[in-house]
Amino acid sequence: MTDLPRHCDVLIVGGGPAGLAAARRLRALGREVHLLEREPETGGIPRHCAHSPYGFREFRRPMLGPAYARALGAAAQQAGARIHVGVTVTRLLPGGTVEVTSPAGPARITARAVILAMGARETARAPRMIGGTKPGGILNTGALQGLVHLQGLRPFRRPVILGTELVAFSALLTCRQAGIRPLAMIEPASRITARQPAGMLPRAMGVPLRLGTALVAIHGSDRVEAVTLSHDGTRSELETDGVILTGGFRPETALIRGSHLRIDPGTRGPEIDQYGRCSDPAYFAAGNLLRGVETAGHCWSEGRAVADAAHRALAGELPEIAETPFAVEGAGLAWHLPQRLAPDAAPPAFRRLSMRAAGPLSGRISAGRASASVSTRPERRISLPLPAPDAVLRIET
Amino acid sequence: MTETSFPPKTQIFDAAVIGAGIVGCAIARRLVLDGLRVVVLERAPDILDGASKANSAILHTGFDAPPGSLELDCIRRGHEEYLEIRDRMNLPLDRCGALVLAWDEAQEAKLPELVAQAEENGVTDTRMLSRAELLAAEPGLAPGIRAGFRVPGESLIDPWSAPHAYLLQALENGASLLRGCAVTGGGFDGTAWRLETTRGALRATHVVNAAGLHGDRLDRLLHGESRFEIRPRKGQFVVFDKTAARLARHILLPVPTATTKGIVVCRTIWGNLLVGPTAEEQADRDTAALVPETLEMLVAKGAEILPALAGEEITTVYAGLRPATEEKPYRVETWPGRNAVTAGGIRSTGLSAALGLARHVSGLLAAGGTPLPDPAWPVMPMLAEDGPRDWQCPGNGGILCHCELVTRREVDQALSGPLAARSLAGLKRRTRATMGRCQGFYCSAALAEASAGRLARPMTGPAGIPADGGHDD
Repeated sequence: MTDLPRHCDVLIVGGGPAGLAAARRLRALGREVHLLEREPETGGIPRHCAHSPYGFREFRRPMLGPAYARALGAAAQQAGARIHVGVTVTRLLPGGTVEVTSPAGPARITARAVILAMGARETARAPRMIGGTKPGGILNTGALQGLVHLQGLRPFRRPVILGTELVAFSALLTCRQAGIRPLAMIEPASRITARQPAGMLPRAMGVPLRLGTALVAIHGSDRVEAVTLSHDGTRSELETDGVILTGGFRPETALIRGSHLRIDPGTRGPEIDQYGRCSDPAYFAAGNLLRGVETAGHCWSEGRAVADAAHRALAGELPEIAETPFAVEGAGLAWHLPQRLAPDAAPPAFRRLSMRAAGPLSGRISAGRASASVSTRPERRISLPLPAPDAVLRIET
Repeated sequence: MTETSFPPKTQIFDAAVIGAGIVGCAIARRLVLDGLRVVVLERAPDILDGASKANSAILHTGFDAPPGSLELDCIRRGHEEYLEIRDRMNLPLDRCGALVLAWDEAQEAKLPELVAQAEENGVTDTRMLSRAELLAAEPGLAPGIRAGFRVPGESLIDPWSAPHAYLLQALENGASLLRGCAVTGGGFDGTAWRLETTRGALRATHVVNAAGLHGDRLDRLLHGESRFEIRPRKGQFVVFDKTAARLARHILLPVPTATTKGIVVCRTIWGNLLVGPTAEEQADRDTAALVPETLEMLVAKGAEILPALAGEEITTVYAGLRPATEEKPYRVETWPGRNAVTAGGIRSTGLSAALGLARHVSGLLAAGGTPLPDPAWPVMPMLAEDGPRDWQCPGNGGILCHCELVTRREVDQALSGPLAARSLAGLKRRTRATMGRCQGFYCSAALAEASAGRLARPMTGPAGIPADGGHDD
């Protein structure tokens, strides 16, 4: 965290898969790169996912999260990227200047291009509006995995798991490794959110999967003692010593929300164009910061692609940014990405228009010459080839 | 210095203050400054664990307090003393002022009498505002606003650094603190009290009951009777993200009703926006349960007042209990011939009134003592959003809680000294760690590591785990 530069070519904020991939790529393109990571080491979320298979796309072999995280960091470092850990960015200023703080105190760095790659986190308890008390023993998957894998601690023995996104099954595996035996996996919807065969896992582990069940309230003073569940309007109590709140990933945009950059209310991430540029063209964004959760491999690819775009921007090869987002007609989408389209002057970082439905959606989606009929659920990926800048995104149901 | 060891049997204190909430902390300080040897007894592992853990963090002027009441007198004197000592102790103050808002004809009709009441209460700088003036002063207000008035002295403070400062000053000037020490009985022999506690017996010539939600029970334990009955009144709050703070320049107050000051919308000293509290009577003195429907109501209420609030993210929700009684006034009781005072029924405004109430209680106790000529003055860590904060200073050890920019040095300091945090909740109140947007997603592991072996209840292991955060727990 010493010798922070005052000026540099490219500054990357966040050392997860997207940021590290961008750093390595930019070095391969000959750019001077500095990467800032606020944690004591780089790697991001995979650092404490000690189970899932990572690395097929990046290293052509299956890896555990921590090894994958280390490999990404090593690759960026070997490529010559300057990595600064324990440095927190506190403010983004127009034109590519950021304010940071570190154990050495505050500093300011001006880059010709800044790539934002701060990732995503799970929804905390408060926005979920769960009733009852606030005892100890209520954790997101991220905090659980941090305690288990980084500190070797076991926070509870018989918790309930709320949610069935992929990360909930990751929580289940973490529990198994830590000798924690969840009492139940709870999902308000009538089916699990993750793709099959994830649903096999709770059964294999002997954890009951309770679909159509809501977590209404948490009880306990010092520690969780019980939860109230609701199923078909019938309430029941379940004695438990912990609650794992999984999923509901949202971009970690605290920095951006306090800045001049525009946020898209749909993705809750920064608005970008097909080159990954934000509303201030000195800033780029990549990875889960853009829209909540995708796989590490997906973020890694985005980091590389946006690095290419940033390289072109420094060479003066990118067109001016579009002043406004392109038009959308019709309702039913939760979000789409990118939100702006600049003239098509260089290969885009995002070759397709990605979308998600706001709820169950059946109909036709078109953008420019491309169209597709869809019948989909909110968590499923939808995409179309990137349309021309003057195209309209139409949803007909 | 570590936790005070239990005093030897031969020691007789001048005064025992039972209860280390805001009121108890302020009383302990005042008695120490007045020259007494004081012991403070708190049944919870850490201080501020009852009614004081949740409030709206406003330093009131007393403009709407009952004229001529003890409450008003204490608020006026307490507010004044806070302003006198805050620079010296590094306590924050955001003198943003309040707007009392009328949304219908009936409320508008009450404004002149509220202004007259403020005048009578000595708050002479209020000013009536027209609809246009209100919208100019507070552009985010809903267009349905009719009229209102401004109370410039209403201010935002840190509800926890203040009582920590009061008690710390008592401790640095010789007081003893026993935490995890519940009073189980006591008797007065005509000269001194003998108090039975869960940690042993101790003696003091005078006793002050500042037991808050358990004040009536303690009086029955000590005196065989209580002159009031605690009727806990729950308040639920919703705290919005820091980006929402821009929506309110003032503390936005409704026209009060006979029973409650009503739902307030205001910023916090930490840069969030708060909506609450509700006022719900309940029997339970220990548990303040969150009710999703009520929280939704608060969110809707907030958006009725500030329409732009509708799109803002919620950072946390919390609930607390006020030690209300069957009557509205403070219940400060003396026990003639028994060297005892009860400061009970401080149902609201305790944060504003504490320093004034402490002077009043000291006077009633009349325990003698020679005021300290040159007391020590602790300097508190500054946690207010506009700082200056520790993360802006070199040598801070790095950021541990990223959302609230809490440094390792701040956490280490909160875990040491005579008033070291003894619970995770106490650590949060002293540092704000885990109180931000992510509510511990990123920093729980680092916090567990930093606090390992230093809390009465560890964060993890067989018996502990980080709470999910919040302003109250």
